[in-house]
Amino acid sequence: MTAGTTMTAGAALHASMLVQRSEFTLDAELRVGPGEVLAILGPNGAGKSTLLGVLAGLLAPEQGRVELGGRVLTDTATGEHVPTHRRRVGLLAQQALLFPHLSAVANVAFGPRCARVDRRTADVIARRWLDEVDAAELAERKPSQLSGGQAQRVALARALAGEPDLLLLDEPLSALDVTVGPAMRALLRRVVRDAGRTTVLVTHHVLDALVLADRVLVLTGGAVVEQGPTRDVLTRPRSPFAATVAGVDLISGTACAGGLRTADGTLVSGRRSEPLDDGMSAVAVFPPSAVAVFRTRPDGSPRNVVEVVLAAVEPRGDVVRLRAAPPRGGPEWLDGLAADVTPAAVADLGVEPGVALWFAVKANEVMIHPGVR
Amino acid sequence: MTAVSTAKRRSADRHAVAVGLPRWLWIPAGVGFGLIALPVLGLVVRADLAGLPEVVTSEAALAALELSLRTAAISTLLCLLFGGSLAVVLARSTARGLRLVRPVVLLPLVLPPVVGGLALLYTLGRTGFAGRQLELWFGITIPFTTAAVVLAQTFVSMPFLVVSLEGALRTAGERYESVAATLGASPGTVARRVTLPLVLPGLGSGLVLAFARSLGEFGATIAFAGSLQGTTRTLPLLVYQEREVDVDGAIALSLVLVVVAVVVIAVARPRAAEGLR
Repeated sequence: MTAGTTMTAGAALHASMLVQRSEFTLDAELRVGPGEVLAILGPNGAGKSTLLGVLAGLLAPEQGRVELGGRVLTDTATGEHVPTHRRRVGLLAQQALLFPHLSAVANVAFGPRCARVDRRTADVIARRWLDEVDAAELAERKPSQLSGGQAQRVALARALAGEPDLLLLDEPLSALDVTVGPAMRALLRRVVRDAGRTTVLVTHHVLDALVLADRVLVLTGGAVVEQGPTRDVLTRPRSPFAATVAGVDLISGTACAGGLRTADGTLVSGRRSEPLDDGMSAVAVFPPSAVAVFRTRPDGSPRNVVEVVLAAVEPRGDVVRLRAAPPRGGPEWLDGLAADVTPAAVADLGVEPGVALWFAVKANEVMIHPGVR
Repeated sequence: MTAVSTAKRRSADRHAVAVGLPRWLWIPAGVGFGLIALPVLGLVVRADLAGLPEVVTSEAALAALELSLRTAAISTLLCLLFGGSLAVVLARSTARGLRLVRPVVLLPLVLPPVVGGLALLYTLGRTGFAGRQLELWFGITIPFTTAAVVLAQTFVSMPFLVVSLEGALRTAGERYESVAATLGASPGTVARRVTLPLVLPGLGSGLVLAFARSLGEFGATIAFAGSLQGTTRTLPLLVYQEREVDVDGAIALSLVLVVVAVVVIAVARPRAAEGLR
């Protein structure tokens, strides 16, 4: 083991499944490398929860095979089906589902106790994990005395205390208050992603995928319509669903006072979604609809303004998406930057690929998040 | 957040205006309460309190009380064992045909107990198809024994436990059980450490109802077990019999049943009905 790998390294997951449901047929194959976080994005009823159910062993697929760290968990060809409690697959759902009759620390100690760890050691392990999720002071509380955010942190500690080979996160943030969501997301980033734990995250929130996932898989109507590195899927979505929920503009760099600094030294002004240390890797995210387009440099307003070359014009329903390319000698990160404008504006601008344009976006519209690896 | 909102709700109760409570509803509600409470009061008023200790400590009364408590306790245990299992199967199994099982289980709730007693008699009695086999092969005769009392009580009480427990199991849902399984809990551990604590209030109220129903059982017992002192004559049967010859004695014994019932409800029911913390 090299220095720094304090946590257990995750196991590789390879799964394929076919599940017939009345509303859809889930037919998916997925691979997650050791320690990798895969986000599954998709609309409601796309089969996301069904997929997790198959991985957890709570659902038996018509056909399928699940292999985790070299262990075959499900194989319909041989009739193999390892029961849920022997899979070493942890689950954190939308609701914390803490056992109401147990204190927070006893909830976290539940997994170790099931693994026949003695009472005292299990208690020590549980308190360490509570500490890990910043909930040490909640140890003696009953679940009914916890807020939604606190309960979800304890539930995360409980899922991790069993040292699962695979962690399943089923929309872990969607039931949380908007005020506690960012903190929980930051916590997940620390204990799940940075710890190198193999994870499948189901979400319909692009931000979760952006901050937590290495790769994104888009599931629609039970079928995988798109998958790839997070950055590619979110900035250049090919599937209609990903394009609606994602299709964001994304600029990476390092956090600095007032926003983010790109590799070439450009300052992108924006607001931080959560506390960030200067110099940390970060991304600036904004919707293409927030980008204003000009033929000549706009003046006077405190905006982020860059000069680009128009690369492509993509009609998208009510709006037209203008894709940028860097001007000669310009920075690389301008490539693919998108701006949504009305067809009327396109006519006014008289644009066609190859012309020079100015993209402008208000600092207020730009969110700075912890960066994608 | 839950704790806070619960506390808020409780403290607000005092000041809350009951929007869904029309004033006139108090009248029929009061009549309903009176219908239950007044007869009990009538019994107390009519009772010869001076002669009470003598009647209550008579040999026949003590034998009947002891028999009642003993048989009701055994019936409750049988309800727990068989009815409890039935409830888990009904709540958790996805097997086909279970939809047809539930109405049968609930039958004793709507059947007049005396009919249940007759049904038991013509099944397990000497001429009944099961009773004849029992006697032929094992030399066992059930009717008019203490075992018959227990069976009659179990027959009428079991649905109470099944209904309470199945409801509690369905309310608790399977989500906690799924989470427990992902934490490495085997089905046995899930049942012991998760499901049982979750349904404890429902189970408790089911047991109380089953015990109370067993204690008060009359119709099925007299039809299937008869009324033999010390063997099958439980307290309700004794009350009924005394009523013919000694009204004061019957009233005194009735009061004993009222006291036992009040104790059972006061001790167990609120805690059981309280729900999850």
